[in-house]
Amino acid sequence: MLQETEAGLVSAEGQVTEEAVRRIVREEVEAAFKKDPAKNKAAIIASKGTLDWAYPPLILAATSAALGMETVVFFTFYGLNIITKDFEKKLKIGPTGNPAMPMPMPMPQLLTVMPGMVPMATSMMKSKFKKKNVATIRELIEAAQESDVRLIACQMTMDVFGYEQSDFLDGVEFGGAAMFMSEARKAHTTIFI
Amino acid sequence: MSDIKEDRVFDATGLLCPMPVVKAAKEMKTLEGGQILKLVSTDRGSLADVPAWAEDTGNQLLEHSEGNGVFTFFVKKGEG
Repeated sequence: MLQETEAGLVSAEGQVTEEAVRRIVREEVEAAFKKDPAKNKAAIIASKGTLDWAYPPLILAATSAALGMETVVFFTFYGLNIITKDFEKKLKIGPTGNPAMPMPMPMPQLLTVMPGMVPMATSMMKSKFKKKNVATIRELIEAAQESDVRLIACQMTMDVFGYEQSDFLDGVEFGGAAMFMSEARKAHTTIFI
Repeated sequence: MSDIKEDRVFDATGLLCPMPVVKAAKEMKTLEGGQILKLVSTDRGSLADVPAWAEDTGNQLLEHSEGNGVFTFFVKKGEG
């Protein structure tokens, strides 16, 4: 004969049943997860510097902040392009080596290296995005910064490519691998792009 | 038609992912706990994104409806 008590199901002999133990453990785990600060943190690496690849880290960063997460994005190597003051000039896209890119007409890869292809592909992508009303990179950066996303430029790759701190947007922070890993170890969500 | 009375309307018509959620989150910050935001979107992705956002932020999706490519959500701000 089992009785319902505060601790769960207890047999007539006063033994706590296996079911009760399982229930207590489940409830404790759920409660701990709700309090776990790591589920409210995201750490993202942005390592690519073309127009198409600038989108995913910024979209995810702005969204993760909208979902109430403390978010850091660490920009390294070509990803540095995204947060420089003249990112609008720097972020381009080209069809060479990217057969997945939709083109107005079928084009052999060999022809994609012709002069003018990069500006053409870049303005094609920008106008397509504008027509569909996709947010611009500027809007995404602003949305991220407004919602306190931390944008961190990798100091080592800045030095390699000859960047100064003044080349970057206001509010950008500077740091290295340890700074990123220290954030990442406290976050359940870590993404490399 | 819904008989829920909203405190604020946010028109996200024409915006695409992630902007409906990003801007709705900003709008929500200006509301008090218990107040209701009506969110109108034309982004089909909102159907999955708005409920996920509401659940994760402790807000409550009271109702949503769809008609002529327009998605309407009523989200009640959590008390926390």
